[in-house]
Amino acid sequence: MNRGVGGGLFAFSYTLLFFLFLFGPLIIMVITAFNSSAFPRVVPWECFTTDWFGLLIRNERLMTGLWTSLAIGIAVVAIAVPFGLAGALALADIGPRLRAGLYAVLITPILIPGVVLGISTIVFWSFVGRKLGAGYDTVFYNGLFLTLLGQVAFIASYAMLILSARLQRFDPTLTEAALDLGATPGQAFRKILLPFLKPALGSAAFITFLASFENYNTTVFTILSGNTFTTALASKVRHGTDPSLSALAVIIIAVTLIGAMVQEAHHRRRDLLRGGRPERSRLYANPLTRLLTHPAAILLILVGCTGAIIWQASHHDAQACRADILSEKQRVQERLLQEQQQRMQQRQTQTPAAPTAPSNNPSPFGGAFNPGSLAPK
Amino acid sequence: MTKDVVLDHVSIRFGGYTAVENAHLTIRGGEFFSFLGPSGCGKTTLLRCISGFVQPSAGRVLIGGEDMRNVGPNKRPTALIFQNLALFPLLTVAENIAFPLEVRRVGRKQRRKRADELLEMIALPGTGDKKVHELSGGQKQRVAIARALAAEPDILLLDEPLSALDLKLRQHMRTELRAIQQRVGLTFIYITHDQGEALTMSDQVAVMNAGVIEQIDNPETIYNRPRTPFVASFVGESNAIHGVVLSQTGRLATLDTPLGPLTGQAAGGRTYLPKERCTLFVRPEQLFIADTPPEVNTIKAKRVNEEFEGSIRTLYLQAGGEALRLYHMNAAVSAALASGDGAVTVSFKPEQATILPDDPALSG
Ligand SMILES: Nc1ncnc2c1ncn2[C@@H]1O[C@H](COP(=O)(O)OP(=O)(O)OP(=O)(O)O)[C@@H](O)[C@H]1O
Ligand SMILES: [Mg+2]
Repeated sequence: MNRGVGGGLFAFSYTLLFFLFLFGPLIIMVITAFNSSAFPRVVPWECFTTDWFGLLIRNERLMTGLWTSLAIGIAVVAIAVPFGLAGALALADIGPRLRAGLYAVLITPILIPGVVLGISTIVFWSFVGRKLGAGYDTVFYNGLFLTLLGQVAFIASYAMLILSARLQRFDPTLTEAALDLGATPGQAFRKILLPFLKPALGSAAFITFLASFENYNTTVFTILSGNTFTTALASKVRHGTDPSLSALAVIIIAVTLIGAMVQEAHHRRRDLLRGGRPERSRLYANPLTRLLTHPAAILLILVGCTGAIIWQASHHDAQACRADILSEKQRVQERLLQEQQQRMQQRQTQTPAAPTAPSNNPSPFGGAFNPGSLAPK
Repeated sequence: MTKDVVLDHVSIRFGGYTAVENAHLTIRGGEFFSFLGPSGCGKTTLLRCISGFVQPSAGRVLIGGEDMRNVGPNKRPTALIFQNLALFPLLTVAENIAFPLEVRRVGRKQRRKRADELLEMIALPGTGDKKVHELSGGQKQRVAIARALAAEPDILLLDEPLSALDLKLRQHMRTELRAIQQRVGLTFIYITHDQGEALTMSDQVAVMNAGVIEQIDNPETIYNRPRTPFVASFVGESNAIHGVVLSQTGRLATLDTPLGPLTGQAAGGRTYLPKERCTLFVRPEQLFIADTPPEVNTIKAKRVNEEFEGSIRTLYLQAGGEALRLYHMNAAVSAALASGDGAVTVSFKPEQATILPDDPALSG
C-alpha cells in the first residue's frame, strides 16, 4: 500500500470492512457458544456457560456421525490418493494427442454436480446388486460402501490435479539416470519419484480428507439410512438450531488455528534450515528459543493450553447465574402479567359493554378486527 | 574385462525423421572414443541408443559381443553421464554417489566407505553430507562422474559433460577426465561439439553431420587428413579455395583457382580427372609468408587486417577475390611483414593441403 498516494483513510476503512466481513461471523459465532441463551445470540447476554459443549458431546447422532465421517475420510484418502497418483502418472507419460482426451475424462467427475454423482452411485450399484442377485444386507446396499465409492469418484480427481502439478516439474531424466545406474523401474519409482512427490502427496491426502469430511451433496444420498457428521449436522439444523452448533464451530476453529500455527512453524523452520545459515538467526542462537520454535514443541504447548482451558471450563458452573436469570425473567413476566391485569380492569370499568378481552383471542388475526380494540385506551 | 561396443548398421528414426543414419563402427575396450558434431546431428540419440533408452530402428548394438536388443538400460554394463548431469536433488552428495550400490542392496556402512573413496578420487573429500545444490558446476560434474563410476560400468558414456563450464575449468576437467580414464582403464564414449575437447582427449574420433558419421580416425588424421569437406571445415580452421583440376601426378593434384594454380594432396589417395570441380583446404597455420619466391603455390595477397593474439598474429588477407586467414608465429621474424605497403607473398607446402571433390557423392 502506498501511503504517499493518499486515500489512507479509505484504505484503512476498506481493510477494516474486509476483515470484518471475513471474521465477523466467526467472532459472533464464538461468542454465542458461551451465552446461556437457548437461541444462539449475543444480546441480550445472559450467562457465561460451557454447557453447550457438553450438550454437543452428548448428542449421540452427531458423535456417531463424526466417527463415521472420520472412518470414511481415512478410507477415501487411502483409495483416492493412489488413484490420483496413477492418473497423474498416466497423464505425464501418455502422448500429447491422447493427453487432452484423458485429461477431460479424469476431470469430469469434478464438473458433475455432487447430487448427480450421489444418485447415480445408488442407482448403479443397486442395479449391479440386483443383477448379481444380492440381498439388501450386501455391500451394494451398504451406506458406508456406497459413500466411499461416490466420494472417491470425484475426490480422486482432486488428488490427480495436485499431483499432476508437482509431476510437471519433475525432470524425467532423473528416472532415466536411476535406471541407468542399475535401479529397477520399481526402485527408481520408490527412491526417486516418490520422494520428489512427497510434499504433494501430503497436500493431496489433506485435501482429499477435507473434501470427504465436508461433503454433503453426494453423501446425503449414498449414506442411505446412516449418518455422517455433515448429514447429521444438516438434519439437526433443519429441526431448529441451538448454541451447541456454535460450540462445534469453536472446536473447529481451535483445531484449525492450532494446525495452521504448527504448519507455519514447520515452514519457517524448514526455510531457515534450507537457507543454509540457521546460526545467523537469533532464534537459533539460543537453545531455549530454538527448542520452543520447533513445530512439535509448539503443538505440545498449544494442545496443553487447550487442555488446561477445557479442564478449567468443565468445572465452570453457570447454575447460579442461570437461576438468577430465571428468577429475573420470572419477575419480568409477573410484572407484565400484573400490568396486563391492571389494563383489563381499567378497560372493564370504562367500557363494560365490550365483549371479550383482547387476550386469549382465538381469532387468527390477533383480534385486529375486534371493534373494541380500536377504542382509545 | 574390457568389452567392445559394436554398432552394426544402426539407424534411428523418429517418425519420418532420421536422427542417425547407418552408423557402423567398433569401439575397442579401454579406448577413449569421441563423437564430434554440430548441435542436433544425433550425438545424444546415438548415446541413448547405446545405453538402452532408444531402440535402433534398424541394425544392432553389441556390447562385448552380446546383442543388446532386449536388454534394459539397468541391465547394460554402461553408465551414462547426462547432458544436464541428472544428479538427484533430494539426496546428499554421498547418497548420490552410493545410489548404484544402494539399488544393489549393499550395506549402509560399505556404501558410505565407497562414496568416501570416490570423493577422495575426484578431489572432493569431506563434501559427502552436502546437498547437490550447494556444489559448484565443476564439482557437480565430478560428482556425476563419481556416481557413474560407483556403478562399476565397463563403458562410461559422457554427453557433453563439460559444456556448462567456463573455459578454465573446462581445460582443467579435460586433463582430469583423461587421467581418470587412464587410471580406471574404462572405455569412455564421449560426446562433444567442441573439437578441442575431442582432439585433445580421444584415441579415436567419429565426426558426425546430420545423422551421418563422416569419418572415424585418430585425432591427428582427422585434423591433417580430412576425408570430407564437412570434416575439413568443421574440425579446425580452414581456408577453402575452389577450383577445377588441371592435372594429377601421383598423390599431388593441381587446381586452377582464382588465385592461380595451386597444388595439394588428393584426399584418401583419390585420382581426379581433369576439369573435375574440387576444393583445396589449407589451414591458417600452414600458410606462411614467403620472403623469397617459392617454387610452387605462390599467392600474391594483400593484407586487409590483422589481430594480435599473444603467441600468434592472425593476418586477414585478400587474394583473387577470396578471403584468406594466416596464423603467424610472433617469434618468427618476417621482413615482408615489416614492410608497410600491405602486399605479401604467401605459400604452403603441397603435402599439407587437402584437395576434396565438391560433389558430395564422391566423398567418403
Ligand atoms: N524423442 C525424439 N523425438 C523426435 N525427435 C527427436 C527425439 N530425440 C531427438 N530428436 C531429434 O533428433 C535430432 C538429433 O537430436 P540429438 O539430441 O541426438 O542431437 P545432439 O547431436 O545431441 O545435439 P546437441 O549437441 O544440441 O545436444 C534432433 O533434430 C532432434 O530434434
Ligand atoms: Mg545432445
